[in-house]
Parts: sequence; C-alpha cells; structure tokens
Amino acid sequence: MALIEVQDLARTFTVRRKAGRLRRTTDLVHAVRDLSFTVERGEMVGYIGPNGAGKSTTIKMLTGILVPTSGRLSVAGIDPSRHRVELTRRIGVVFGQRTTLWWDLPLRDSFDLLRRIYRVDTDRHRRNLAEFTELLGLGDLMDTPVRQLSLGQRMRGDIAAALLHDPEILYLDEPTIGLDVVSKGRLREFLRTVNAERDVTLLLTTHDLQDIEQLCSRVMVIDHGSLVYDGTLGGLHDEGSSSRTLVVDLVDEAPPIDVPGAQVAKVEGPRQWLTFPAGASAAPVVAAVAASYDVADLSIQEPDIEDVIRQIYSRGFSGMSQSKGLLPGGPT
Amino acid sequence: MADRSGTRSGDDLRAFTILAAMWIRVSWTYRTSFLVMTAASLVITGIDFVAILVMFSNVDQLGGFGLGQIAFLYGATALCLGIGDLVVGNVERLGRHVRLGTFDAMMVRPVGVFAQVCANEFALRRLGRIAQGTAVLLWSLTVADIAWDPARVAMLGSMVACGTAIFVGLFVLGAAFQFVSSDASEVANAFTYGGNTMTQYPLTIYPTEVVKALTFLVPVAFVNWYPALFILDFPDPFGLPGWLRFAAPVAAVVVCSLAALAWRAGVRRYRSTGS
Repeated sequence: MALIEVQDLARTFTVRRKAGRLRRTTDLVHAVRDLSFTVERGEMVGYIGPNGAGKSTTIKMLTGILVPTSGRLSVAGIDPSRHRVELTRRIGVVFGQRTTLWWDLPLRDSFDLLRRIYRVDTDRHRRNLAEFTELLGLGDLMDTPVRQLSLGQRMRGDIAAALLHDPEILYLDEPTIGLDVVSKGRLREFLRTVNAERDVTLLLTTHDLQDIEQLCSRVMVIDHGSLVYDGTLGGLHDEGSSSRTLVVDLVDEAPPIDVPGAQVAKVEGPRQWLTFPAGASAAPVVAAVAASYDVADLSIQEPDIEDVIRQIYSRGFSGMSQSKGLLPGGPT
Repeated sequence: MADRSGTRSGDDLRAFTILAAMWIRVSWTYRTSFLVMTAASLVITGIDFVAILVMFSNVDQLGGFGLGQIAFLYGATALCLGIGDLVVGNVERLGRHVRLGTFDAMMVRPVGVFAQVCANEFALRRLGRIAQGTAVLLWSLTVADIAWDPARVAMLGSMVACGTAIFVGLFVLGAAFQFVSSDASEVANAFTYGGNTMTQYPLTIYPTEVVKALTFLVPVAFVNWYPALFILDFPDPFGLPGWLRFAAPVAAVVVCSLAALAWRAGVRRYRSTGS
C-alpha cells in the first residue's frame, strides 16, 4: 500500500455573499475536485499550481485539518480527518507563512515543549536536536525568542520542530517563500539530506520552481482543484510543447540560417536564435549549422519551466477533459 | 472538555498542564507586569463588592435578602466564574486563533485542540477573581447565620463544582459559535459575565419570566441561587418546584454535554483560512 493514497478527493466550500440589502446568495466553491494520486515512501513530490488552485486545501485534508467533502484518503494507513490526533505523530507540517512555534519562547524551550507533548524520549530528542542544530545552523539561535528571529531563521526553526518526533512524512507549504538565495539553497540541501538519510517522504507546495528542479523527481500540477499533470519534471517540458533554443554566433552577418528541423526565431547582427522541439536532440541541428556556416560560438538554452507551466495552466482553463488527458494513464 | 474518553483525555490534561506551566513561566519573566496585573485584577473585582457594601449602608435588605446572604450569592458566583475563567476562559480567543492560523498549528499536534486553546496564554492573574470570590464567600459563611449540617456542607461543595461546570460549559458553547462566526465572542460574554452579574443579586429582584429564563434557558440560576435557597433555608419566592434546588448537577451535565457536542461539531466543520 502506498504511503499516501488519495482517491476522488473533493472539498467544497459554501460561500455566503450579500446580494442586495437583505438577500444572501450561497455559492459553492470547488476548492478541490476529483483529485487522485498516490505517493510512495521516500518520494519527494513537488505540488504546484497557481494561487487558489487547491494546494493548501489538499495539504489541510492530508493532515486532517479539513474534512473532505467526498472521496477517499489514507495517509500511512490512517484516515486523517477521523484519526487526526493519531496521525500527528507520523507527520510533520511546516506552514511557510506562519510559525507553529510559540512566539514568546526561545527555540530551545519550544523544542523542549514539543518533546514533552510528543513524548519523544530524551535520548532520541537529544540526538535529533543535535543533528538538526548542526545541519540547520541553529546553534546561536537557540536562546532567541521566536518573535526576534528573521524569516529564514524562523523557517529553519520550524522545520527542525516539524522533524523532532521523527515523522515519516513532511508536508511543507511554501517553505522557501520570502527567503534569500543563500537560505533557500541551505534549506534545500537540508531537505535532501533528511529525505536521503531519514527516509522521510516529502510533499512540498511552492511557487519557486527552483525548489522543484533541485529537489523533486516528481511534480504534480493542480489547477482549478484538479490535477492537470503528474509525472517527472522532464515530462513536464514535453507536455508543454516547449522548445529549446540554439544560439549561433556566426563569424559574419548572414541571412537567416536554413537547416532542417529548426526555425530561426530572431536575427541580431551575426547572432541568430534557432528553435527546435524540446524532445529532439540538438546534435543534428548543430551539425547541420556547422556544416554550412562559419560558426564562432554556439550555446543551447533550455526551455523555461515557468513558461511550460504557464502553458499548462492556460490549457487547464480551456476545459477539464483536455487537461485530464495530460495525466499519464489518466485518472485511476 | 469531556471531548473523548480514556487515555486521550488524560493526554489532554497532561498537555494542558505542561502548556499552562510554560505560560506561567513566561509571564513570570515579566514579573513586574504580572504582579501589577494581578493586583489590578484584585482591586477591580474588590471594588465591585465594595459597591454592594455601600448599598447596604443605606438599606438593610435587597429582595428579602440581608448583606450576609447576598455576600453568599455574590461570592459563590464570583468563585465559580473565576475558576471557569482561569481554566477555559482563553477559549474565547478561538476566533483569533482561526484568523491567525494558530488553530491549524494546534490541529497538527498530538493533543486535543481544546486543551491547547485553553492553555494558550494561560493567565494566572485571573486568580485575582478567584481570591476575591473565595474571600467574600468565606466571610458570608460566618455572617449569614447558616444552620450547618452534613447535607449543607455537601451542597456547598456541589455548588462550587456544578457552578464552575456551568460556566465552563457556557464559555465553550460561546466559543464553539466562533467556528461559525469568528466575531461571536461578545455573545458568549453576555452569557458568562452577564450571567455572573445577574446572579450576584438575589433573583427576587427580577420578574418571574427572567428567573425562568435563567433556570431553563441559560441555567445560571443553578450556579448559586438554587443551592443557596437550600443552604440558607429559604422557601422558593417564585413557587417553583422544590427539587430545583438539587438540580444543579443536572444543569451542569446538560450544559457541558451540549458544549462538548457543539465544540466537536465546530472542529469538524472548521474551514481554516486561505493558504
């Protein structure tokens, strides 16, 4: 059995709105609908989608915070909304935009409080804490109240706090939001280590596609409450019908290059941009160019993942049936 | 709250103690502020009773009750509200936890959210009200001319336990409303603090309809009024059935059960906030 099993999951919110002086209308908002996926132990899965797509709603159902409207849900063999308290010991949760630590307490006290609440035995706690303190560079911050920590420091504290009870699954909701480049890099490194050495399964939502590129072998894209893509990052490029670009610097200015399998997108003096499908190999194109022209330099630009995802989102708007076709194997 | 059975509620109680102890420690690091607040709380609640003393320098009786008897009513309800407020009063901040998202954080910890909400920002300065209520109640016992017997001693203990439970239930019921509308804390206050204010005086000063409402609708009359009729040996001035003076445990169980149900329903239909 997979560690996380989600089948036909849906969550609807009723929103009451004022419509006139006394009248009120009730709208149904489908935050999540027909969501099905499984996650195996040890995976690192990126969960992305535009604002309001249903990412956080999904995470909240997976943690038992929200009760699903319909569908089946099993995390580590537990139904989250029915046995939420039992599940809390097996999962760790990090909400990027708010802390789960106690605002007025130094990190050390927060961690100690968590140890007692989770009933982690003292030895194990000490070992874990020592490891996380070193890997996350928390040593100098242990006696600082949480409210005085910077965003990056607080995030590191939150992640350590979420892992102290040795959870099997770690959910991260926008873990790198608002962090500088160095902090992001350090955080990703830490998450990789936790996944590799502790066999913690990671599910993270993010807007930063570098998080995905550097961490996740698998991406799930959600839009308008349903999955529009589930597969490898590489596969996402193919789905997006994206193209790679060959930048050619010729020795002299020349008319647009004419080689099979590529089109000229732009000419600027001796520099020309040729595009060819992302799925195709660059070698024949390069060979053809080199054979017929005097080439000073060559470089290849990989497709921009953000463009790819934007394409997928815009397709999601155009209709459910079409976007579902993107799923390898379709809905299960 | 009697949220669930067996070891789970033991866990919750343990977590409550751990968290409350932590908040006491935090407040103790701001020692001066803590002491000033506690003193202020004592003075404010103290002045409250002084008003009654002043009133009795002009009259001998209010609604057929003398100063000692009114002090009994006053002390009993103040003590019960004080204990309830100390233990579960913070539950009225539920709406804020929902808005700030701290409620989500509580939901992913391995103890009941109710215990966590109550323990959060646990404020020992609320002992001020308890101290004042206890003092007034004890003093009233010496001046109210009570014919003590074992039944009356037992009733005194039962009164404090049931009265506290009734206020606890009302606090939680009011808080559960905040799952529906997060600004409903004032409504709850009307019943708890409002109920306390009304029952500080003998109910004989109110019309019968009000007394019936305080008996059957928002049963704060069971906090002190009916037990007091027994302990002070008064016939019911409204001619309501005599068994009502023994019915406080029933009222407490009903209010607390409703509160537990409402709370659980609230947690289940909780919708969290965006993102």
